[in-house]
Amino acid sequence: MTEGEPLLRVRGLHAWYAESHILHGVDLMVREGETVTLLGRNGMGKTTTLRAIMGILRKRGGAIEFEGRDLLNRPLHHAARAGIGFVPEERGIFATLSVEENLLLPPVVSPHGMPIAEIYALFPNLLERRHSQGTKLSGGEQQMLAIARMLRAGVRLLLLDEPTEGLAPVIIQRIGEALQTLKQRGMTVLLVEQNFRFASRIADRFYIMDHGVITDGFEVAELPARMDSLHEALGV
Amino acid sequence: MIFGIPIQALLGQLLIGLINGAFYAMLSLGLAIIFGLLRVINFAHGAQYMMGAFTGLLLLSWLGVNYWLALLLAPLIVGLCGVVIERLALRRLYRLDHLYGLLFTFGLALVIEGGFRYFYGSTGQPYAAPALLSGGVNLGFMYLPVYRAWVVVASLIVCFGVWLLIEKTRFGAYLRAATENPTLVQAFGVNVPLLLTLTYGLGTGLAALAGILAAPIYQVSPLMGSNLIIVVFAIVVVGGMGSIMGAIVTGYMLGILEGLTKVFYPEASNIVIFVIMAIVLLARPAGLFGRDG
Repeated sequence: MTEGEPLLRVRGLHAWYAESHILHGVDLMVREGETVTLLGRNGMGKTTTLRAIMGILRKRGGAIEFEGRDLLNRPLHHAARAGIGFVPEERGIFATLSVEENLLLPPVVSPHGMPIAEIYALFPNLLERRHSQGTKLSGGEQQMLAIARMLRAGVRLLLLDEPTEGLAPVIIQRIGEALQTLKQRGMTVLLVEQNFRFASRIADRFYIMDHGVITDGFEVAELPARMDSLHEALGV
Repeated sequence: MIFGIPIQALLGQLLIGLINGAFYAMLSLGLAIIFGLLRVINFAHGAQYMMGAFTGLLLLSWLGVNYWLALLLAPLIVGLCGVVIERLALRRLYRLDHLYGLLFTFGLALVIEGGFRYFYGSTGQPYAAPALLSGGVNLGFMYLPVYRAWVVVASLIVCFGVWLLIEKTRFGAYLRAATENPTLVQAFGVNVPLLLTLTYGLGTGLAALAGILAAPIYQVSPLMGSNLIIVVFAIVVVGGMGSIMGAIVTGYMLGILEGLTKVFYPEASNIVIFVIMAIVLLARPAGLFGRDG
């Protein structure tokens, strides 16, 4: 069991896309310094959970607390200012901005933000291509940029949506190394990932989602004993 | 003589075209900024241009405020009106079809122009150019009124300043990013609703600045903006809706083209911009500087 106070606590979270009821009472919590992975098949509500926590999805109910403070009834920009960074599945790199402008875009929300020099040391490709148009980067570089800009902003909790989606194995390995580095530095991460092998290397705990609810949760130490049931649940 | 046209006539119309282009550029720049971020086709832009000229006139007659101070105050006052309009009304329309924003601002323009016509009549009122900018310079081949030269210079400075603001500052980066994906920018912690308000204020302030600059050249009248706005819309379409550089370059380019048409084929001078618009729409629907898709 990982020790520490919950940084994020979600209770009975419901969310809707227009009239479609997607989340049916999600309960989860992430402790300071943990990496927690949401696993589940496609369309089970993993991405919706991240979007509802961030407030991008406004039609939601239940309770979301970050550092013990309510997030549910706050405007969208409040979540980032409270210290939550979001890296969307599509990466969200802006075409009208250069790599460096993309990196500098999110406002710094705490003094713990990573200095630019350190970011470039962690992701050297971004230094080389800092004057290029953001969307001219490869998929892997865009993913690195999307993570890097959140680190610079000094967020305490990183919501990562499918960071390995559509990337070559060698790039996935590099992103895994970067996330390991962040983990060693104490970053708290809530990760949505289909790539179970990737997730198992960096996560401390797992939640299984099915039809808009959390159906199971376990520690990384329990993983070997659960492999068969997991393969069945995830269809892998 | 060039192509049988006296050089004085050619240069004279070129200057008029350049001055018109200066106003076109400033007005279409404001429209492009507003459309780029708010996705609102601001039909009240002509009325806000007129408000700028009237604010200068009223500041002078009520408070004795001179031209130079009015040049600062008129955009601020009208920009503030824009902020109030955005806060009270426009922001309620963002989630609806673009047509609602267009209809609202169209109605707003009619109300503003009707109000000014009720209080000040339709006849234009003169606004004297400041002493420093009165008179002219004989260039040998033509007489150049100093005020008109000032308008061109001021417009170039304003356009360059706004371009710098958008391309080289943090505010501009927010604005460009929010134009692409406002939800994500807000999820990064940027107060996008405030950004929208400030952008509408900036756009209307630019219209008012063009208005106060125009006051000493044209008569200050409630309909001065409605005569101009249709042409400015055509320019924004040619440049590419929402394109900052497109608005500036096309504004000047079409102003000069209109001036030259007055020399070579005066009958077509009122329609040349619309003919260009039709051709551009057929050949490149996103406009000369617009992004496809």
